[in-house]
Amino acid sequence: MTAKAEVPPKRKVTPLVLEWMKDNLLTPWYNAVITVVLTVVIFVVLRAILRWALYEATWDVVLVNLRLFAVGPYPEEAFWRIWMSLGVVSLLAGLSWGVWGGRNLTPSAIVGVLGAVLLVLPVSSNVKWPMVGILALFILAHLASMGRTGFRRPLVWGWVLSFFVILFLLKGLGGSTLLTSVPTSKWGGLLLTVLLAIVAIVASFPLGVLLALGRRSELPVVKLFSILYIESVRGVPLVTVLWASAIILPLFFPKGVRVDNLIRAMVGMTLFSAAYLAENVRGGLQGVPRGQYEAAYALGLNYYQAMRYIILPQALRAVIPAIVGQFIGLFKDTTLVAIVGLLDLLGIALSVIAQPEFIGLQREVFVFIAAIYWIFTYAMSYSSRRLEARLGVGTR
Amino acid sequence: MAVQEATAATDVQRANVGDYIIILENVRKRFGEFEALRGITLRVKRQEVVVIIGPSGSGKSTLVRCINHLEKHDAGRIVVDGIELTHDIRNIEAIRREVGMVFQQFNLFPHMTVLDNVTLAPRLVRKWPRDKAEKIAMELLDRVGIADQAHKYPGQLSGGQQQRVAIARVLAMQPKIMLFDEPTSALDPEMIKEVLDVMRELARSGMTMLVVTHEMGFAREVADRIVFMDAGLIVEEGTPEHFFTTPQHERTKLFLSQILHH
Repeated sequence: MTAKAEVPPKRKVTPLVLEWMKDNLLTPWYNAVITVVLTVVIFVVLRAILRWALYEATWDVVLVNLRLFAVGPYPEEAFWRIWMSLGVVSLLAGLSWGVWGGRNLTPSAIVGVLGAVLLVLPVSSNVKWPMVGILALFILAHLASMGRTGFRRPLVWGWVLSFFVILFLLKGLGGSTLLTSVPTSKWGGLLLTVLLAIVAIVASFPLGVLLALGRRSELPVVKLFSILYIESVRGVPLVTVLWASAIILPLFFPKGVRVDNLIRAMVGMTLFSAAYLAENVRGGLQGVPRGQYEAAYALGLNYYQAMRYIILPQALRAVIPAIVGQFIGLFKDTTLVAIVGLLDLLGIALSVIAQPEFIGLQREVFVFIAAIYWIFTYAMSYSSRRLEARLGVGTR
Repeated sequence: MAVQEATAATDVQRANVGDYIIILENVRKRFGEFEALRGITLRVKRQEVVVIIGPSGSGKSTLVRCINHLEKHDAGRIVVDGIELTHDIRNIEAIRREVGMVFQQFNLFPHMTVLDNVTLAPRLVRKWPRDKAEKIAMELLDRVGIADQAHKYPGQLSGGQQQRVAIARVLAMQPKIMLFDEPTSALDPEMIKEVLDVMRELARSGMTMLVVTHEMGFAREVADRIVFMDAGLIVEEGTPEHFFTTPQHERTKLFLSQILHH
């Protein structure tokens, strides 16, 4: 009898779960009501969505046009250039994870699983093998560079350089046989959307920071210019900016000068985004106490050093959520370039549902591209949260 | 005039000022309607420790902040280590390299470790290589008694520890003069001593110091000279001995009686 009593009573899992449910979902009585109602709503909605997605939807429209969604009318004989660009990105991503992520095998494992899944899936071999190669490149780069923190600086330059290398690869050279020129009117789909977003984000960031600093400058001319710029751009809708850059701007160019449609859209989005970014950054700058400026100057730092090492790191860290939020908005705003005739992801979707054989399949197409936008924006928001955690926002 | 400009372009001018490392002549400063400094004349010798006391609003802080140009003086002359403080940024930066400042609110850089706080300015301004800067920083942190906290962030330290880091950060620039703007006013009482001990040690080592403080014990013990300010003017100055035993002015007597017998 005594020996039996010494055995600790086994805690069953089920009662624990039930207890948790009772505490969190069912008490007091109105929580129980809310729980029941919401369960019913979720069940009904989920069932309707699943029934539609699994039985009623015709996903052929997506599967047949997958290439169009990915790259638009980009010529097939130049696809290797896209694969190579992806390879460069994958290589740099692998190295970055190795160099910044510490000794952690998870990224490689995840990519490895993705690759294995890809091998099993019935994907045509001219997509499968390049993809597998690109994933393998990531794993190799990751494993080789793990923990080598000394490579951080060269890697940053590598990213900067890769940006130009990739644009050059995709565009090619007029008159060359190996890298035949692909006019930007043939760029489309996700490729165009991502390029537009990356260019606008990367270019508007430094511009926005400069404008924010300019607005707080003690030099009247700089200050006035920054305020005028920020306020006039913010007073105009993005569509107007895009229209202006596509239609009005060429009127002012001398005869014979033609600036590429895509470049004009990129410039328009960059200039637009910079004004909003400037206001976000200014908010961060205002949050840095005066004592920080004084301490920096009192130590003999000049204006540039004080901003670069003391003020901006604190200001930007405080506004990461706002800035990322703005970039997510910018990513989705790239859809507006469909208006000036560029075939971004939405533009392609519109042209796909206009094909006579896919009449009436808007729902499938829009659900598909919505999912793609969601994946990209969620990835951005997730990385921002990781970045905040890493920099200890709010904790020190 | 042309010759002067030519030399100013290559290097900041150094006036011949003898023993005095800080010279203030009839310095005035106003904030809108309020006159914070109404003609201050003060000379500080090398290695001298001058303590400035006075009621709040008397212009003590403004005075020390004018010396490294955190506030622009409106009129009068300021010469620091032979360099005239004009509104020329070269002169201002040259003076700031020689003059360190310790603030009431510490003003450590919260996004950097203690060690980075101390090494930043020497590396950027003095162009020291990292290992040299870190070696000297560790010596200084050891001197102020917090070498073991070098890899923490300022937010993880107590107020007294933060202020000692701030002093080490200033010392790393190897300044000729140190300004203290109420360095213990934001500290809990039990941490004041640890900061004052560091300042005492500094004074003994021969640092030129200009200290705004309410710590009368410290003033009496460490100061070579005490300056009493009221309403933007220097009312009275003298040795601690003179100051605490035979003050001349009514205003000084009143102030001392208020703070010594509260």
